[in-house]
Amino acid sequence: MENQFGPLSLWTGLCCQHKLSIFSSLLQFQFKSLLISETTVESEEADNNAQPLLFLSVPQIKIRSFGQLSRVLHIATDTKLKEAQACIEANRNPIAKILGLDYNMIKEINEDSSVVTILDKITKDDDPESEIKMKIALLLKQLDLHLLNRSLKHISLEIRLNPGTVKNDVELLKRFSGKGEKTVLESIEYTSDYEFSNGCGAPPWRQIQGEICYVLVKPHDAETLCITCSREGVFLNGGKTDDEGEINYERKGEIYKDLVTLLREKSAIFSENMSQQEVRFNEEQQKEKDQPNAAPEEEAAALREASAASRRSALEKKQISLGRSQMTKRLEPTLNWNTTVDAKKNKSSLRDTQEEKHGGRLEKSRPSTSPGKAQLIRKSAEKIEEIISESSSESEEDEEPPDHLQEANADLPSEYWQIQKLVKYLKGGNQTATVIALCCMQDFNLAQETCQLAIRDVGGLEVLINLLETDEVKCKIGSLKILKEISHNPQIRRNIVDLGGLPVMVNILDSPHKSLKCLAAETIANVAKFRRAWRAVRHHGGITKLVALLDCRQHATEPAERSLYEAHDGEVARCGALALWSCSKSYANKEAIRRAGGIPLLAQLLKTSHENMLIPVVGTLQECASEENYRAAIKAERIIETLVKKLNSENKQLQKHCAMAIYQCAEDEETRELVRLHGGLRALASLLSNTDNKERLAAVTGATWKCSTSKENVTKFREYKAIEALVGLLTDQPEEVLVNVVGALGECCREPEGRVTVRKLGGVQPLVDLLVGTNRALLVNVTKAIGACAVEPESMTIIDHLDGVRLLWSLLKNPHPDVKAGAAWALCPCIQNAKDAGEMVRSFVGGLELVVNLLKSDNKEVLASVCAAITNIAKDQENLAVITDHGVVPLLSKLANTNDDTLRRHLAEAISRCCMWGRNRVAFGEHKAVAPLVRYLKSNDTNVHRATAQALYQLSEDADNCITMHENGAVKVLLTNFVV
Amino acid sequence: MNRKKLQKLTDSLTKNCKHFNKFEVKCLINLFYNLVGDVTERQGLAVGLDRNAFRNILHVTFGMTDDMIMDRVFREFDKDNDGCITVSEWVYGLSVFLRGTLEEKMKYCFDVFDLNGDGFISKEEMFHMLKDSLLKQPSEEDPDEGIKDLVEITLKKMDHDHDGKLSFADYEQAVREETLLLEAFGPCLPDPKSQKEFEAQVFKDPNEFNEV
Repeated sequence: MENQFGPLSLWTGLCCQHKLSIFSSLLQFQFKSLLISETTVESEEADNNAQPLLFLSVPQIKIRSFGQLSRVLHIATDTKLKEAQACIEANRNPIAKILGLDYNMIKEINEDSSVVTILDKITKDDDPESEIKMKIALLLKQLDLHLLNRSLKHISLEIRLNPGTVKNDVELLKRFSGKGEKTVLESIEYTSDYEFSNGCGAPPWRQIQGEICYVLVKPHDAETLCITCSREGVFLNGGKTDDEGEINYERKGEIYKDLVTLLREKSAIFSENMSQQEVRFNEEQQKEKDQPNAAPEEEAAALREASAASRRSALEKKQISLGRSQMTKRLEPTLNWNTTVDAKKNKSSLRDTQEEKHGGRLEKSRPSTSPGKAQLIRKSAEKIEEIISESSSESEEDEEPPDHLQEANADLPSEYWQIQKLVKYLKGGNQTATVIALCCMQDFNLAQETCQLAIRDVGGLEVLINLLETDEVKCKIGSLKILKEISHNPQIRRNIVDLGGLPVMVNILDSPHKSLKCLAAETIANVAKFRRAWRAVRHHGGITKLVALLDCRQHATEPAERSLYEAHDGEVARCGALALWSCSKSYANKEAIRRAGGIPLLAQLLKTSHENMLIPVVGTLQECASEENYRAAIKAERIIETLVKKLNSENKQLQKHCAMAIYQCAEDEETRELVRLHGGLRALASLLSNTDNKERLAAVTGATWKCSTSKENVTKFREYKAIEALVGLLTDQPEEVLVNVVGALGECCREPEGRVTVRKLGGVQPLVDLLVGTNRALLVNVTKAIGACAVEPESMTIIDHLDGVRLLWSLLKNPHPDVKAGAAWALCPCIQNAKDAGEMVRSFVGGLELVVNLLKSDNKEVLASVCAAITNIAKDQENLAVITDHGVVPLLSKLANTNDDTLRRHLAEAISRCCMWGRNRVAFGEHKAVAPLVRYLKSNDTNVHRATAQALYQLSEDADNCITMHENGAVKVLLTNFVV
Repeated sequence: MNRKKLQKLTDSLTKNCKHFNKFEVKCLINLFYNLVGDVTERQGLAVGLDRNAFRNILHVTFGMTDDMIMDRVFREFDKDNDGCITVSEWVYGLSVFLRGTLEEKMKYCFDVFDLNGDGFISKEEMFHMLKDSLLKQPSEEDPDEGIKDLVEITLKKMDHDHDGKLSFADYEQAVREETLLLEAFGPCLPDPKSQKEFEAQVFKDPNEFNEV
């Protein structure tokens, strides 16, 4: 060890500070080379400075060589590992200690130590959870690194040209061009010396196309080439027209990777000379990259100076031609325009704040809550900004505004100015003027985006939301009426949330004025269409308040508020439901609604009220029914009955939401029964024939599908001629409808009568046609339906005729495991029922290999389905031989240690089938499949038992297998099963 | 006043007033006499609230601030235009003021806003009523420009027959479209909060309502 690290004196620093329990053992062992005093132990060996290489004084031990260290560790015997660990922990950075600080690897060490500290924590806490977390974190980190490396590889392949690289290329080529034979080019130069701040020479309207600059190249042996360098690569353009100096930007040749490649192609001399210069060129290029700031060679330095000079002159030129140059002219106004607009805005908003300060006539009862404070802070920050920009842009503003105003005038609609005026009155008016302005604002077409944005752009949103915080009922009503309309616009919604509008509206829900409550709830319903808004409503207690709105009885007991601005209790509840509907798209809100006791109230409303009320109520229920506990509650509250009843309503939207709610709830067996008992199936069946409204049709077919999972329901559906309707829906429908239709047919075809009906109605062909689709959910359902149909030989003939089996087989290559599994399941009945099944299977080139390879999947469902398919394939001796060659035996054996009963059953069946070929029986034994199979007998599933017994029977023909079985106690278990 | 006379007065007023029940009328009568003070009724001289006393009530109890509107409200209460609100004018006026139907309130408000009583709210009258409604901006050359503009847009909104002034029909139509416009030119009805407080105080225990 020592030799490895050189002279001893080098490692002056390796010291291990650790309480050692081995002091006594050191004493005991009486090392030859130890000097032992009462409290300390020193080694005789010493380094250059006469420091002992081992020095122990309890509780510290210092070791200066690996030799001594190993000896100490040797003494430590049992606690060796602990000591080594302690040693490493105490010396976090041994490399630095040994080799000096220059070799410090702080970064890596830090990373490691973070892991170490976490490990420490874990051992201290003894918390299994944190250990798991830690492991996950490590795995994630690894994955992260892996992904990063992978993507980096890809990205590095796709590197595109940028102004920097192009400039380097051109500059380098310039260095090697000129008159003379050895140069690569006669000349190379840019078409224009002007360079934009981003390094591009191309005019802005060409930069949009990714073009960087244009170069004129005169090779020795060709005409001058006019070349466009763009981000995609380098190509010849139409050349420079002489008279105007304009470039014809049209691409005239192929795109090359870079300048050099293009020139090589175009000029033989270039390519020849280039290869001579290659080495130098590359060297230069490398240098350019590595040390952009250093000037290593005189030549390069001089060149750079020259180029700098030329750039300088270009700059001067640019300044001189500022007035004339078209390019700059086009640029200037836009820039100015921006600044003036900003200045304008700032100035006006400054005026606004002043106005607000003076005109605080509308008593603002802003509570000193944190959002209020935040707003204040923001305001003051804005003011600072204003002051800054004000001072800087003052002069420009004085020069430019009339021009700008005219321009803007031409663009903006007249509504803009009228609205701006009204907002001014809103800001600077007392209650009376405010109400008038609000009423007039309502007369604009607030559904129109120009008006919506105009209100926002002139600062109307702030004022409207501020008004909500006043005590003036009329102002609040007027403001909400406008907010309600304009919040249909997604941008406005976000602005309202940004301005803190939601908490204010939530507070209004407590108001004694019903019409105010209604308006606030309706506005919330419009605004709460995205995550941040949902959260804001919930966090400010909005859900509880909205749920309270649903309670009509509660309103009745409240003292009747005499006012002109009142609404019906029903209206209040409707608006509440509307808002809840919007909010219920978030999981946390669903939970909040349930906790606030919303479900009984919704159930109550469902029974008592009118259609326009029902839609939001059912909508909310439908949204919430995605949650398990909601479905339970819906069942408990007897809502299903009402939903079924409302299916017969006249209102299409209501029907749609009812069907959707049933669709969600019918996951549950009992619910499906309830739907049947309340006559919902008939309603659904009759709605199937109504195909004009696709959304409703999707909902209705969805409900039909889910309901048809129950056998009794299928019988009913047949009675109501639903299958006929469903088959009719197999063509010319959008995918969301098709998924449900096919799903329902799949369920119906599980009954022999259903299969016959589908076949007679010609439903098999459209089903097979759907196998070529790409929609994952649809494919899953289609494979299921076809699998169900294939059970019937006659249908199978049709499927075979339409080449359905081949299509199914190709779905085994689908990336989604559920599609794969579906296809494999569907193949089983196909192989069973097809004529000449063996021949058919063999006709699929590579098909058998594909199936066998699917046994490497890690999806249980895929594995089970593939085992089932193999069971069927193996019925044909020749095919069995082929799959054996593809290594089916080891793959099946590998799966044997599973706990999944479905997989066990199909695996056992597959094994028992595969035993029938060659020495497969022996091979299964060799691959250790027998012992696990014996354990299957302890499963609770009789199907597993049957399949396993069969497999064991087949395997038992080999003597070695019998021994294994006996060793694993198969006889006893088999006998007990037999007795039972 | 003796009990019998009070009883009679209460009965007759209750008969003519649809928004208050007998108890409420009695409370209001009590309140009225509390406010007026126990002046013995003299022959030929009406007992009642004069302009200042009434305006004081409007201001303190119902939070009204606009002098002109308060004057107009007094005139509305004072049906016989004798500068003094009698007990029957008081009860009748309050019945509309506090509990009037939309129709009654429209009529009442329109009359308040029709300053000269000619059956129309003219531009001038609007200007007069709105003149303090906007914050004056020193920067503007004509400080009244904003008001004039406000009058114009109000007229545009409410003047359905385009004759440049508001008739009752214009006003009624506008209010039916948008109830917020009922008090378009200034608050002349109690705001809900002070109304609630007033009613709670008066109808609960009238003896405690002292002149404020």
